Amino acid sequence: MSHSTALPAAPDSFDFLVREEHHVANGTLLGFWLYLMSDCLIFAALFATYSVLSQSYAGGPTGAELFDLPLVALNTSFLLFSSITYGFAMLQMQQGKLKGTMIWLAITGIFGAAFLGLELFEFYHLIHEGATPQRSAYWSAFFTLVGTHGLHVTFGIIWLITLLVQLRKHGLTVPNRRRLFCLSMFWHFLDVVWIGVFTIVYLMGSMS
Amino acid sequence: MSEQFELSKLIFGRLSWESIPLHDPILLATFIVVVIGGGALVGALTYYKVWGYLWREWITSIDHKRIGVMYMILGIVMLLRGFADAIMMRIHQAMAFGDATGYLPPHHYDQIFTAHGVIMIFFVAMPFVVGLMNYIVPLQIGARDVAFPFLNNLSFWMTAAGAGLVMASLFIGEFAKSGWLAYPPLTGILQSPGVGVDYYIWSLQIAGVGTLLSGINFVVTIVKMRAPGMTMMKMPVFVWTALCTNILIVAAFPVLTAVMTLLSLDRYLGMNFFTNDLGGNAMMYVNLIWIWGHPEVYILILPIFGVFSEIVSTYSGKRLFGYSSMVYATLVITILSYLVWLHHFFTMGSGATVNSFFGITTMIISIPTGAKIFNWLFTMYRGRIVFDVPMLWTVGFMITFVVGGMTGVLLAVPPADFVLHNSLFLIAHFHNVIIGGVVFGTFAAITYWYPKVTGYKLDPFWGKASFWCWFIGFYLAFMPLYLLGFMGVTRRMSHFDDPSIQIWFQIALGGAVLIGIGIACFLIQLYVSYKKRDSLRDETGDPWNGRTLEWSTSSPPPQYNFAFTPRVYDNDAWWQMKANGFVRPSTGFMPIHMPKNTAAGIVVAGISAVFGFAMIWHMWLLGGLSFAALLIAIIVHTFNYKRDYYIPVEEVEKVEAEFEAKRNEVLA
Repeated sequence: MSHSTALPAAPDSFDFLVREEHHVANGTLLGFWLYLMSDCLIFAALFATYSVLSQSYAGGPTGAELFDLPLVALNTSFLLFSSITYGFAMLQMQQGKLKGTMIWLAITGIFGAAFLGLELFEFYHLIHEGATPQRSAYWSAFFTLVGTHGLHVTFGIIWLITLLVQLRKHGLTVPNRRRLFCLSMFWHFLDVVWIGVFTIVYLMGSMS
Repeated sequence: MSEQFELSKLIFGRLSWESIPLHDPILLATFIVVVIGGGALVGALTYYKVWGYLWREWITSIDHKRIGVMYMILGIVMLLRGFADAIMMRIHQAMAFGDATGYLPPHHYDQIFTAHGVIMIFFVAMPFVVGLMNYIVPLQIGARDVAFPFLNNLSFWMTAAGAGLVMASLFIGEFAKSGWLAYPPLTGILQSPGVGVDYYIWSLQIAGVGTLLSGINFVVTIVKMRAPGMTMMKMPVFVWTALCTNILIVAAFPVLTAVMTLLSLDRYLGMNFFTNDLGGNAMMYVNLIWIWGHPEVYILILPIFGVFSEIVSTYSGKRLFGYSSMVYATLVITILSYLVWLHHFFTMGSGATVNSFFGITTMIISIPTGAKIFNWLFTMYRGRIVFDVPMLWTVGFMITFVVGGMTGVLLAVPPADFVLHNSLFLIAHFHNVIIGGVVFGTFAAITYWYPKVTGYKLDPFWGKASFWCWFIGFYLAFMPLYLLGFMGVTRRMSHFDDPSIQIWFQIALGGAVLIGIGIACFLIQLYVSYKKRDSLRDETGDPWNGRTLEWSTSSPPPQYNFAFTPRVYDNDAWWQMKANGFVRPSTGFMPIHMPKNTAAGIVVAGISAVFGFAMIWHMWLLGGLSFAALLIAIIVHTFNYKRDYYIPVEEVEKVEAEFEAKRNEVLA
């Protein structure tokens, strides 16, 4: 970051210039963080919409009737574990171990895929019971909120596979480390959003 | 037979020859003009063999200056389209009284007022504001480029792709007939089964991605890339306003993306967010879209406040009065802009408490805005004011914007709003602040920074002509609308019964014609100045005796902006350097590290436009293919690790020596 200095008493032209190459701090992590915050606002809008429509069943099934909490709890644990395994991948990266990083990343991806599989199974079950996204405003909001999170996980997995290929090709270079950091933030962010989904949609939904 | 039918549905969706409006003489004539004009342009570009140059130096360029110029060109082109819509509405409304029905059928008229609003906000005002920030911000903070140069290129092409889709709707299908914010349930699939609303949704979604990325880009640029010594309170005011605007972009545009997605889900998958039955709630849409929409108006006006701050202090030859109050006023406006969205629909019926909260927050915004006006006045007070064209626009702005601000405060009073809601008074109010603010500011900025961009000044005669036509034209066109609004005339009417009010519409038409002449004067000004460029040349890089760092480089600046990164001690960094007898060094240059051009931006944006078009027309096959292509293009781009290069020292030396030689020649 910049440092403010006082102007010398009798400044010459060189006091107004940086004589050597001026290195600017890399802004990728800050930029990615800002992107995540903007994404967070998309989720905020979806959560708000869900809350407004949380009683709009239009005579159709309610969440409390159909949610299978043990299944969702299992799913939640998949996603939480995937965050832990991503943490292990980052630890391996800090120690400069390429192979360990890639193994833990792959495990993270498998947990993510398992999460998606269970989520799709749950959606299938709900639709089979008549709770389609078209049935009522409530189910529109439910599928959109949960589905948007699921789509994020899907793109996260695509990114993760891409990154595995790039790690194999180039190793733990500076750009690749930066990308690992970005995906790490993305992955943990999805975890945090899921905790909101689990609490507001499933737990509070089951109580009402 | 039926299988064949299914296949053609899969490929062409809803698109058929009937979608091309050959039966409409107005559109057909426009189409012919566009084809002839476009053909001539393409022919000329091919004849003069400039395609390669355009591709290498502009289309794939990631230089923030080139991208800034492309944004401005996009804005000017779309201004012509938006103005064509405006004058058509004005002519129609001046005619359609009593037995006369005007010359536009209602369904066409409705598309025109929708397109006018959408184009003017998203594809005129936004490109102007983003273009100005692109060109000026890195120069004012002493940086070589933005933080993410590739994303910057992508942002531009996404915006252009959105604009392209809106333009396509003119000749293929139709545009929305719903007004510029597309309220459901009117825009639901039952009431608007055509492609118009889908054009609206996809053009905004694609352009919105571009805007969001550019917002992130500029926040990071301003936070991370300022020259050494430039602490936050030493940033030029334009940089401050740009920072606040981009924070607003990052915080507001995601809501637009979300609400457009919900509307699409209603339309494409039959969901029930905003429908009339099965529990949908249309007012939720109105709330959500204004949570984006109100910050949006500050996204547009804040950088313009910055522009006027720069211009007032330069042309008054004085340091800006009340720098820190200017900064805090900007921050207060930034925060308050989030707490006022409900004043757009007091009539929703949310009750007295809610309405008074939003009414009061709205009125409070006028306080920091008023502080800014006083700061500009005090900057001018006892200054040596040079009444160049930018200063004319500035004074015109201060008068006009105050009027618009006061009618805004009037509308912020809920009981008054119940009377004036959706009336022409509202139309007059927001044109008063957008034309009097954003448009005047853009022209001021173009005139002020034109020599920096091109190396020659704009001809002042045609600039003055343009200003007076715009200024008088604005008052003629919109003061009658205030009156009509008080009389209770509502917006978006395509026919009137009462002949006694026709005169006001005819006066308004006269104003619109005058504004049209103002636009023509501006275009003539560009042409005349180009012809006379040798006598208008600026070799010093500092034609107005400027105060901030962009005036310390040559006009136009070299690709790398600054051979040496400046070191900053004062708000008016360049002014201080001049005061201390700064001399450019002629030795000691270094090779300069720069990002490489890339075609990835236009490829990704082009595929997005195809994807949007496919979704609009329900071409599911093309939609699926283009989405896959989009993913692949992005992934392929991430495999490109060689994104930078060095400008050799000899080249830097040569460029700098040439600039110094020409400068000395002029100064001698």
